[in-house]
Amino acid sequence: MAKLTMVEAINLALRQEMEKDPRVLLLGEDVGRNGGVFRVTQGLLDTFGETRVMDTPLSESAIVGVAIGMAVYGLRPVAEIQFEGFVYAAMEQLADHAGRIRTRSRGRYHCPLVVRLPYGGGIRAPEHHSDSNEAYFVHTPGIKVVVPSTPYESKGLFVAALRDPDPVIFMEPKKIYRSLREEVPEEEYLIPLGESRIVLEGTDITLITWGAMLQPTLQAAMLMEKSGTSAEVLDLRTLSPLDTESMIESVKKTHRAVVVHEAPATCGVGAEIVARINEKALVHLEAPVERVTGFDTVMPLPKLEKYYLPSAERVVDAVNRVISF
Amino acid sequence: MPKMVIETCSVEWLQILDEDGICDEELRPPLSNEEIKKLFESMVLARTFDEKAFKLQREGRLGTYASIYGQEAAQVGSAFALRPADWMFPAFREPGASFVRGLPIHMILQYWAGDERGSQIPEGLNDFPITIPVATQIPIAVGVALAAKVKGDPIAVMAYMGDGATSKGDFHEGLNFAGVFSAPVVFVCQNNQWAISVPLKRQTAAKTLAQKAFAYGFPGIRVDGNDVFAVYRAASEALNRAKAGKGPTLIECLTYRLGDHTTADDASRYRSREEVEQWKTKDPIRRLKKYMEKRNLWSEAYDQAVRSNAKEKVERAVRVEESLPPPDPRDIFGFTFEELTAELKEQMENFLKVDGKERSESKDVLYG
Ligand SMILES: Cc1ncc(C[n+]2csc(CCOP(=O)(O)OP(=O)(O)O)c2C)c(N)n1
Ligand SMILES: [Mg+2]
Repeated sequence: MAKLTMVEAINLALRQEMEKDPRVLLLGEDVGRNGGVFRVTQGLLDTFGETRVMDTPLSESAIVGVAIGMAVYGLRPVAEIQFEGFVYAAMEQLADHAGRIRTRSRGRYHCPLVVRLPYGGGIRAPEHHSDSNEAYFVHTPGIKVVVPSTPYESKGLFVAALRDPDPVIFMEPKKIYRSLREEVPEEEYLIPLGESRIVLEGTDITLITWGAMLQPTLQAAMLMEKSGTSAEVLDLRTLSPLDTESMIESVKKTHRAVVVHEAPATCGVGAEIVARINEKALVHLEAPVERVTGFDTVMPLPKLEKYYLPSAERVVDAVNRVISF
Repeated sequence: MPKMVIETCSVEWLQILDEDGICDEELRPPLSNEEIKKLFESMVLARTFDEKAFKLQREGRLGTYASIYGQEAAQVGSAFALRPADWMFPAFREPGASFVRGLPIHMILQYWAGDERGSQIPEGLNDFPITIPVATQIPIAVGVALAAKVKGDPIAVMAYMGDGATSKGDFHEGLNFAGVFSAPVVFVCQNNQWAISVPLKRQTAAKTLAQKAFAYGFPGIRVDGNDVFAVYRAASEALNRAKAGKGPTLIECLTYRLGDHTTADDASRYRSREEVEQWKTKDPIRRLKKYMEKRNLWSEAYDQAVRSNAKEKVERAVRVEESLPPPDPRDIFGFTFEELTAELKEQMENFLKVDGKERSESKDVLYG
């Protein structure tokens, strides 16, 4: 089996889905001739032509709006927003239309759309190229949010997102794009949306995370193992809908939890997770659930970004507090 | 008559100094010899900086950098028409204009090296920091222009953008606002014909970008963006118009991005070498040099002096930038609001306790 990066795995998923389903088409800035600035759409223009791989004007709002129209008409558009920092112009289309059209039309119309959104820091990118803005979309009703953490995961989740009947924001952690290689099957497989996975089984504490933050979380778990603390690591995969059941099940076993995310703390997805744990498993907790997150600040430029991004050390520090509570 | 033409628009093309340095003296703006030399020196400085920045990036001493190679006249000619009290909004590819305005050279390096302090525009310089989200500076520039109008200040605002920016809603909304409220603003579009890998014909089906202004109710002009006289003349006239209360102007500077989009790009993936070579013959610096030579404003010795002076300035800026102490991690928090909130204070204190120091980089792993 070929060992692929996440870039290659998503590229493979796109290629295979486009071969299977003539309704699938891509649109975005630089996705054609250039193969995307991260090369995720590399080679697809040559295979599928300009009608199905559309280099568009520099118009995020129209890229998403047009894709919504195409989806409503029966195509399966995959819109690329080049970096997460440039999605805001499309927010009106996402919040006012993509997430609402099924409800507004009482099911007459629906919007099977995927918006690919490279996100997150850690690659020394310029300003506005390193945010982690998933919470806006999670907070938007009617939109699903998926964040893969490894190459294998990205292919299975992408295919599921593309076949989903509703709009999905597919957030790709830039930090992981090329940092990992993993065996990725050629054969079709789907990872159902809304199901998390246990990456590491443990007994003493549940660490809940997703996307690029799986890395520092795993590193923290390994550090803790040395000092005799057994962590269970949960990769959520999908942030909307959230797999509440698996989180609660794990917390009932370990009685403690820490949530790790890259986005600012306030109203980050971690806040929702803590609320659900409190609602459903408060009596099972031995300590308050802590969050390790980015700060409530603007994402700094590269010279300071390493201080902003949660580290294994910060996770261990939080775990120690929760364990010794 | 039930059917008749009620509006037509025509687009002017302005070139004063052609590729061979031949000048239309009637159209040449009234610049002194000293001013012409200043234009030349500013363009040489811009290019010298650009070459150095590119090298620094390749040596790992600078982050991603967006080259201005080939666009020196569009930047220098337009900024040269501004007065210090005017305001200037760059996009992200205007160091040539920023230096004319007086931005310390090392600050552009600082910005692309990933240091926020590069955006801390010195007091007294009415420039906005670099704006990366394309076209978003346009409505803000219009807002500054309208504020100046409300206050009765006799200034104008110049806002830069690329050709790609004309596809964004903010371009349309900003220009429309400017037209409706007759804002004292000059829009300078550096049409370098590419937006990363996307050619101009994918941004618009219109013949020019200048003509878009007509739909907003104000004039637009296309100038040879590699002709510093044409750019300067169009910019001066537009600024005068703005300051005379006659409203905005759109100046489309037709130019070409001779380099890659940024140091992270490889333009050979999407455009031909012939196209690039063809545009190299329209070099803005060479044509001014040819003109100056004819006017006895240029000599080998002068050229040498200008180039070594530019080199000296740029090298000094590199030394300044590289000798600055690294930014304080506390700066992540300190500028969020005027005062730290209780929450931010707590986050900062916890951060300094646990993690305020350098950390070892660990390798990403698969697990499970
Ligand atoms: C809103 C937005 N979308 C996408 C990007 C990524 N991006 C950076 S520059 C660029 C092309 C800009 O083209 P143009 O406006 O012509 O300016 P140029 O780069 O040619 O100077 C793109 C797509 C961005 N910075 N902002
Ligand atoms: Mg351009």
